Amino acid sequence: MASTDTATPAKDTGDLAGLEAGLDALETRQKVRTPFRQTFTEKILPPTVAVLLVLAVWQALVSFKIVDDPTKLPSPSDVWNVVRDAWLQGDLLGYIWTSVSRGLSGFLLALLIGTPLGLLVARVKVVRAAIGPILSGLQSLPSVAWVPPAVIWLGLNNSMMYAVILLGAVPSIANGLVSGVDQISPLFLRAGRTLGATGLKGTWHIVLPAALPGYVAGLKQGWAFSWRSLMAAEIIASFPDLGVGLGQLLENGRNASDMAMVFEAILLILIVGIAIDLLVFSPLERWVLRSRGLLVKS
Amino acid sequence: MATTTTLAKADEGVEPVAHAARIEHVSKSFAGPAGQQLVLDDITLDVAPGEFVTLLGASGCGKSTLLNLVAGLDEPTSGDITTDGRPALMFQEHALFPWLTAGKNIELALKLRGVPKAERREKAEELLGLVRLKGAHGKRVHELSGGMRQRVALARALAQESKLLLMDEPFAALDAITRDVLHDELTRIWRETQVSVLFVTHNVREAVRLAERVVLLSSRPGRVAREWTVGIPQPRRIEDTAVAELSVEITEELRGEIRRHGQH
Repeated sequence: MASTDTATPAKDTGDLAGLEAGLDALETRQKVRTPFRQTFTEKILPPTVAVLLVLAVWQALVSFKIVDDPTKLPSPSDVWNVVRDAWLQGDLLGYIWTSVSRGLSGFLLALLIGTPLGLLVARVKVVRAAIGPILSGLQSLPSVAWVPPAVIWLGLNNSMMYAVILLGAVPSIANGLVSGVDQISPLFLRAGRTLGATGLKGTWHIVLPAALPGYVAGLKQGWAFSWRSLMAAEIIASFPDLGVGLGQLLENGRNASDMAMVFEAILLILIVGIAIDLLVFSPLERWVLRSRGLLVKS
Repeated sequence: MATTTTLAKADEGVEPVAHAARIEHVSKSFAGPAGQQLVLDDITLDVAPGEFVTLLGASGCGKSTLLNLVAGLDEPTSGDITTDGRPALMFQEHALFPWLTAGKNIELALKLRGVPKAERREKAEELLGLVRLKGAHGKRVHELSGGMRQRVALARALAQESKLLLMDEPFAALDAITRDVLHDELTRIWRETQVSVLFVTHNVREAVRLAERVVLLSSRPGRVAREWTVGIPQPRRIEDTAVAELSVEITEELRGEIRRHGQH
């Protein structure tokens, strides 16, 4: 025992309560809110400037006739006109919705399959030994590779698209959950067991919430893979009866040698992918980390 | 050897339970690089209802191993351990779940014990009041100081309403002033709730400050080396002369135990 000389005698409980309240007050950190100005200059301004710079360079390439062939590089305003026309004709939201609804429902399906699969691999030794390596190997297989067999097995229809999305996203989601479970501190599992959380109760109350940070990272990656797989499927297997999604739009542009339309499709694919990540997955991840004190403000 | 004041109520029941924990001839060995390594050797120890016992020993005496066995987290190689219901366990690290608030951590313990939903909130508030953290229900674990976290962990352990509370060096990571305050709190709560405590520590003064009985374990393998009944009236202070005197005596004995290991 190092210091016995520092504490003041507090024989009666009233004194102890006061001492304790003082300690609590001294050791509790105050929360500070970041002012909007700071958020603006640190978080919003830099990416905006970066995007504007890219647009400026692009416009300069066309204006100064460095690339003087609209079939190779259309100007930003040409692309804008194509987008505006699609909007005015009422087609734009249709393109986006066709792809997004496919992407999201495929992702939800992947979630329903990947979650129990990941939990099984993480918790059952035999299952992990059997399919763990295959599952992580599948992540490095480009999902484009699944398009030809999926077309042959299922034909040119929506099921084929969903199959490709699932093969791309399920391994990511399952692997995310597995690494989330592997990173759980053994202390939480022991604490859970002494509280009586064993078996399914332990899985529900301890394992799943403790694995949430890794799981959410897996979901984020799973969405990126879903979106990529879907675009690959739409480009390769474009078929008029399937409705025009963003992938088909890109393929139609190529067939018509309409570079502005190709650029329109690429930009929309990029923007939708980023938007879903920014609106759904990033806030989810930040909320999970912040509520656990894992998000350190720099 | 144990103080028997709290045993008076025991004859009300049909079969009086005279022990909160009974450890009989318990040995434990682990597979090591040089074959089976004996960690605990023939430990026999009782904890009476309402008694506060500290297990004291240098590193390598298997204190935490013994606590894990009593908690049911591991099986002894030989011997028997019986406890009056499932014991609660508190660790050196607070082990609070960071995805829940302080109050919800306590409510989870209540839920797993089968307390109906309607009563949990009130019960949790009551337990937070017991550790003097009224108003901390909605606080996240990372928003609390080290001492506050251990008090929430204590409240969560008490929520199990076990007859026996096992504590594995729960204050070792705290600063001296906070630890001193928590000693006072633990003594007060122990006396209020009449729970039996088996408290593991390597800190002699802490052992004497808290316990009615101090059990010294020898190291490699762990054996019960000696026991002392501490007759100093509570509330004690860690700097009391009587506490200091007994600590000196026990420290001498502990040093002797450690010295034996340097002789071969």
